[in-house]
Amino acid sequence: MPDTTSSFDRGIRRPFQAMLAILLLTWCGQAAADDALDPADWAKIAQEGRGQVVYFNAWGGEARINAYIDWAGRQVAETDDVTVKHVKIGNTAEAVSRILSEYAGGNTTSGSVDLIWINGENFAALQRRDYLYGPWTAALPNMQFVNPTQPALENDFGIAVSNMEAPWGLAQLVFLHDTAILPAPPRSAYELLNWSVANPGRFTYPQPPSFMGSAFLRQLLVDLTADRSALRKPVSEVDAAAVTVTVWNYLDRLHPLMWRSGVAFPQSTSAARGLFADGEIDITVSFDPGEAANGIANGTLPKTTAVYTFSEGTIGNASFLAIPGNSPNKAGAMILANFLLSPAAQARKADPAIWGNHTVLSMPLLSADQRKHFKALESMKGMPGPGQLGPSLLEPHPTWTAYMDEQWEARYANGD
Amino acid sequence: MSRSQGVAVRAAPFATAAVLTLPVAVGTIGIVLPFGWLDGLIAGGRGGGDWGMPAGAAWAAFRDAPGIGASLQVSLTSALASTLIALLLVLGLTAAGQGTRLFGLLAQAISPLLAVPHAAMAAGLAFLLAPSGWLFRLFSPWATGLTRPPDLLILHDPGGLALTAGLVVKEVPFLFLMTLAALPQTDAARRCLLGRSLGYGRMAAWCAGVAPALLPQLRLPVLAVLAYGLSTVDMAVFLGPTTPPPLAVRCLHWLTDPDLSQRAIAAIAALVLLAATAACAALLWLLARLAQLGWRWWIWRGLRLQADAAPRAVALGLPALFTALGMSAILALLVWSVAGPWRFPDALPQAWQASRFASHLPQLAGPLGNTLLLALGTSAIALLLTVGCLENEVRRGLGHRPGRALWLLYLPLILPQMSFLFGLQVVAAALGPGPGLFAVGWAQLLFVLPYIYLSLADPWHAWDRRYGLVAVGLGAGRLRVLLRVKLPMLLAPLLTAAAIGVAVSTALYLPTALLGAGRVATLTTEAVTLAASQDRRLLAVYAVLQTVVPFLAFLLARLLPAALQPGRRAAAPA
Repeated sequence: MPDTTSSFDRGIRRPFQAMLAILLLTWCGQAAADDALDPADWAKIAQEGRGQVVYFNAWGGEARINAYIDWAGRQVAETDDVTVKHVKIGNTAEAVSRILSEYAGGNTTSGSVDLIWINGENFAALQRRDYLYGPWTAALPNMQFVNPTQPALENDFGIAVSNMEAPWGLAQLVFLHDTAILPAPPRSAYELLNWSVANPGRFTYPQPPSFMGSAFLRQLLVDLTADRSALRKPVSEVDAAAVTVTVWNYLDRLHPLMWRSGVAFPQSTSAARGLFADGEIDITVSFDPGEAANGIANGTLPKTTAVYTFSEGTIGNASFLAIPGNSPNKAGAMILANFLLSPAAQARKADPAIWGNHTVLSMPLLSADQRKHFKALESMKGMPGPGQLGPSLLEPHPTWTAYMDEQWEARYANGD
Repeated sequence: MSRSQGVAVRAAPFATAAVLTLPVAVGTIGIVLPFGWLDGLIAGGRGGGDWGMPAGAAWAAFRDAPGIGASLQVSLTSALASTLIALLLVLGLTAAGQGTRLFGLLAQAISPLLAVPHAAMAAGLAFLLAPSGWLFRLFSPWATGLTRPPDLLILHDPGGLALTAGLVVKEVPFLFLMTLAALPQTDAARRCLLGRSLGYGRMAAWCAGVAPALLPQLRLPVLAVLAYGLSTVDMAVFLGPTTPPPLAVRCLHWLTDPDLSQRAIAAIAALVLLAATAACAALLWLLARLAQLGWRWWIWRGLRLQADAAPRAVALGLPALFTALGMSAILALLVWSVAGPWRFPDALPQAWQASRFASHLPQLAGPLGNTLLLALGTSAIALLLTVGCLENEVRRGLGHRPGRALWLLYLPLILPQMSFLFGLQVVAAALGPGPGLFAVGWAQLLFVLPYIYLSLADPWHAWDRRYGLVAVGLGAGRLRVLLRVKLPMLLAPLLTAAAIGVAVSTALYLPTALLGAGRVATLTTEAVTLAASQDRRLLAVYAVLQTVVPFLAFLLARLLPAALQPGRRAAAPA
């Protein structure tokens, strides 16, 4: 631990420095040098980013992800002199709310968020209001390893990405089961219901509107609705009640058969995983195909844990990194984003022992040497082999996320 | 020099009043800003016009929010029930135990629980009581036959019973210490003796003689307990229901919703919490009146209630049970913080991993640094202001504990935190991203200052002024007397007050979370963020550290005086 004392020091000293910096900035009537920033001039960005403190707002509910971000921060501090502060938020909407309220208060140059882990309706909300910086991602040196025209990276929940956010990770909804306890898990929504009839109290999902709970609702929506084409359109343009009725009928029947009779829910993916590890439930849901391998690697899940999807497939999406337009540290944020896209950082992220999140890099664009790291991961215990998971289904239009969450809350969190 | 310190001392009460009332006033006014006035007022029309909505529309949205009745109900019942139960437990314990050896032992055991932050206690209780928790593990499978955790709704129950129990565990120590502080002024021992000589049973003599003198002094602490219960977020996140959650939690959700117009609904919720606190306070007053009537009827009837063995056992046993629960919760935290793989129903982990603290140190350093900085900073400022106020009271010959000033001190404690902190946050956010640490520090001061004042006032006033007179006779000025005689003699109570300040600051969640704008991470905010993850091991690491900080402060407060002043005998009142 050579750097513990210095980082301890930093913990005390940096807030003061940040305080002084902010005071100075407001004192000088806000310096807005970033407007001159040219995303294509990487040499200048690398120069300008030196010494900047980047407030990276990223969901902080998972220890292994926090540790990974901490690692990444130490790397860019060393190589690029960029200090990364991970603002651990409980839900990405919190940070979006802060950005929106800063703009509403007229703060367009000294926002508190420099880089945000984002996708779906949160990206749509900022993009719609023109509160995002960019386009900036095309010129990132490490974008050479990304194929930007692959469908998952070109559109974010059906909204064009247009170089306004940098890809960071690929995800697909998977279920975890212990092959020793449940060798043949239910592979469709209806099989899940039938299985629950025979095994009451052995399944639950994280409570919406948490990230995972919302995703599970959208999975049911994609799975159960008769008219999938309606999901490509905004909620306001279709008869949403008719599109979703099968989902609510389904949940009305499933909830009484669930853990705690559907009265209480785990609050996150990791909380549900904890229930799974404790043996309270037999199936849990995740957005990381590497989740089982990670749990096996760190000893929190049994070695017989495996992931699977519904046979017709499950929803998949990409998550991205975006820079709010009022960030005062855009150059530093771009340096961090670029580092997170590097083959080394992506390989570490894909390692189930570290995190286990699918890379956004395109294997054919990597050198043989760079590819080796990723290849080695495929053979790890609990890792799904190529073609072992069902197809990745398209996410519904972003407006469906909020609609499903609100409807769910009105039906199942009303105290009745 | 002497003149300037005289001015400083005289200014201290005003500075203190300003530190306390200004933010509360601004915050209370700030609550109503989202009703459509923010755009014009602070944003100067630059904003997008989506800062809020008119009060009428917000009220309608609040009223129609799904499950709002259930949210309000669980907030009210858990706060009221926990306040009443904690009060009854403390009164029963004091009535049954005062003067006995067991009482002294319990007093020793309960006090450390006061230093345990709410979030850490809630996390520990969750580890203990969950169907997969330690209690079930200890009794499975040999007694229960369980090899898997039972599907029981113990935590997060819609009725809020787990939340109520958690609040009771945390509030009993507070009310008990407040009672211990107030008892000497009630002349309890002689009153009890008198009651016994009139033939009353042990508990009856206490109820007849001491209770009427004690209860008025507990008025403000009880209101503080009530207000905390109504606006708690940190305990509710660990133990409270989620379908729907209590009102304070929903208020926070609306406040952080990406749809900024929802802030107006949060404002309504904050106002409703304020009204609920007032209504509950009125209800408590009514109950106190009824109890008074009952007491009169009882005294008039002259029932002596001598056979009180059974009630005494209950009155001593229940607080002991809750104390044991609190202690076990801390123990559960310690075990989980170093636990390796630990599957149900093993009573202990299969392996231990003490290295976790070291491996998380880089991530812990920032929050730990912020926690210490805030705790020490706010305690130092609060101590300075308190010493100024107390010295002013003494110099101007003001009586001990002026009543009105006490209400002022308690103001931040008896108003629901969620309400005025919400208003403060709205104003702060509208003014732009302020220096987060400074704003958080000030908000924390609102809670640190009252506790430091309350703990230091008694020893300060009890100091024998003749020491000062002797020093003045030897030619010392007032400042010299203060610095060279009074402060050194009062070192022990000063350090204890500082330790209390550190404990309060470390435990604070809402002021830190709301005014830090997410940037000021402390051990407490990190622990609450991790609550959703249910990563027991990591959560336990944070909760243990959160508990260690105030514990160390109290340890230092106890050890330092002897170390710094060897040979000095305790001339100062404890």
